[in-house]
Amino acid sequence: MGKRDRLSGNEAVAVAMRQINPDVMPAFPITPSTEIPQYFSSFVANGQVDTEFIPVESEHSAMSAAIGAEAAGARTLTATSSCGLALMWEELYVAASNRLPIALALVNRALSGPININCDHSDSMGARDAGWIQIYAENNQEAYDNFIQAYPIAENPDVRLPIMICQDGFITSHGVENIELMEDEQVRAFVGDYAPEHFLLNSKESMAVGPYATTHYYMEAKKQHAQAMVNAKQAVLDVAKEFEKVTGRSYGLFEAYRLEDADYAMVLIGSAAGTAKDAVDELRDKGVKAGLLKIRLFRPFPAQEIANALAHVKAMAIMDRAESLSSQGGPLGSEVMAALYRARSQALAVNYIYGLGGRDMRVEHAEEVFEQLRQIADAGEVTDAYRYLGLRE
Amino acid sequence: MKDMVEIRWHGRGGQGAKTAALLLADVAFQTGKYVQGFPEYGPERMGAPITAYNRISPEQIRVHSNIYEPDYVVVVDESLLETVHVTEGLKKEGAVVVNTAKSKEEIQKHLQGYEGKLYTIDAKKVSMEALGRYFPNTPMLAAIVKISGVMDEDTFMREMESSFKHKFASKPEVIDGNMKALKMALQEVQ
Repeated sequence: MGKRDRLSGNEAVAVAMRQINPDVMPAFPITPSTEIPQYFSSFVANGQVDTEFIPVESEHSAMSAAIGAEAAGARTLTATSSCGLALMWEELYVAASNRLPIALALVNRALSGPININCDHSDSMGARDAGWIQIYAENNQEAYDNFIQAYPIAENPDVRLPIMICQDGFITSHGVENIELMEDEQVRAFVGDYAPEHFLLNSKESMAVGPYATTHYYMEAKKQHAQAMVNAKQAVLDVAKEFEKVTGRSYGLFEAYRLEDADYAMVLIGSAAGTAKDAVDELRDKGVKAGLLKIRLFRPFPAQEIANALAHVKAMAIMDRAESLSSQGGPLGSEVMAALYRARSQALAVNYIYGLGGRDMRVEHAEEVFEQLRQIADAGEVTDAYRYLGLRE
Repeated sequence: MKDMVEIRWHGRGGQGAKTAALLLADVAFQTGKYVQGFPEYGPERMGAPITAYNRISPEQIRVHSNIYEPDYVVVVDESLLETVHVTEGLKKEGAVVVNTAKSKEEIQKHLQGYEGKLYTIDAKKVSMEALGRYFPNTPMLAAIVKISGVMDEDTFMREMESSFKHKFASKPEVIDGNMKALKMALQEVQ
């Protein structure tokens, strides 16, 4: 049986880490993820875990130490945000291309500049091509549940990729909410022991990690990495199925909320989905067929499934909490529109940028978007496919 | 959502408004409610105005925005009345409670025409008498529980005692003072 509790998102993830009891945690603090290593280091000090905690001097070093530890055969995790993730950039690619299933608790925060400590997704979206699996959460429960599922996905022999478990900075990381925790033994049984096939500390097998790949090999390595990412989708579904057996909580590639018969849909990531659900319910009460699709898995991107789920809507708004400064919209907008094209969908789609640097998204904002979608559907065309929501005038 | 109570806290960095909001979430959770307690962060520093929020509901809470039309507002530092529109969006069926030694008439002048109820409490007096130091958040917590009626006073006192026992396990000497501050505040708020 689970245990009812109330925790902030940071504390919830720290509890998941304690229950997993990893081998190594190198970490460097940065707002708003600081509390995660802070809580965890107290678990280390209290002897509640036997993890080797390494207080490194920068995020560059945190990810470097994580790579070394994971390559040695140790189950390793860390946590960061924003500029901390940016400082890990080089190592993110090294971790992924060396196929090291490191788990990273990412607490999403805007990238500088202007400097800002609040939530948006520019940090993880910037790292979307680094070859990491990315999973996002709406609330504290999901951040916790996703973290418990991280290693079984990442360490799957068909996958072997690092995984980023993302949650919204401050909104969920510092917000206390109700949560249902698993028992420690349940978590240990679910995550299991780490038994890597190849690792540096194996005296019976000598190996090299991270050697130079000549032109003759580089592309093949990338193709294998790409195939691992393709394989990750099934692993996410399989692990979710096992997770549901234990907890009763159901997860998929995304959540379709009142979408089946919807005329108007929002596609979004993270905590704003909860706010938008309240708007959907209010509109449904008024007879408006509103619905939403909340992305859980962003890397790999489940393009076909998303396009299928949205195929029937008259108009949709794809909501980006990150700019890509491409002059065309945000990263989610590009991905969903490409998915629609491949699926030969004719649905009208508009891409909104919202919530940058912690700009609040209210229920009223979501209602405003649905009203715009109704107008787009009535007009039968999109005149401005790249818009900003909640901008001050 | 019907039956959901929304509370907004105004304080200054270092006064414990965020802690009070988290404590309120904590005790409301203990009574079986769904809760949210969260701060709004600006450039946080000692003395800067800060805002914290509570939602308390019999049903699951999904909304993750700040609170713009609260049922109740708690003003932990009366000097904020000069610079912050604390009653902005506050429902007139609701109430505002201000930490002050001044009269209601005097405070009312600073509420920009707010038509709902005003309560005051001298949290400094309570805190100095009960704790010997100025921690306004404990009295303000008791005041808002009484005014909002989110739980009955006996339940509140019982849950707070067990929460303090847990929180101050290593310094039990401060438990009595905090309990006294709560008890006094329940009587002093007017």
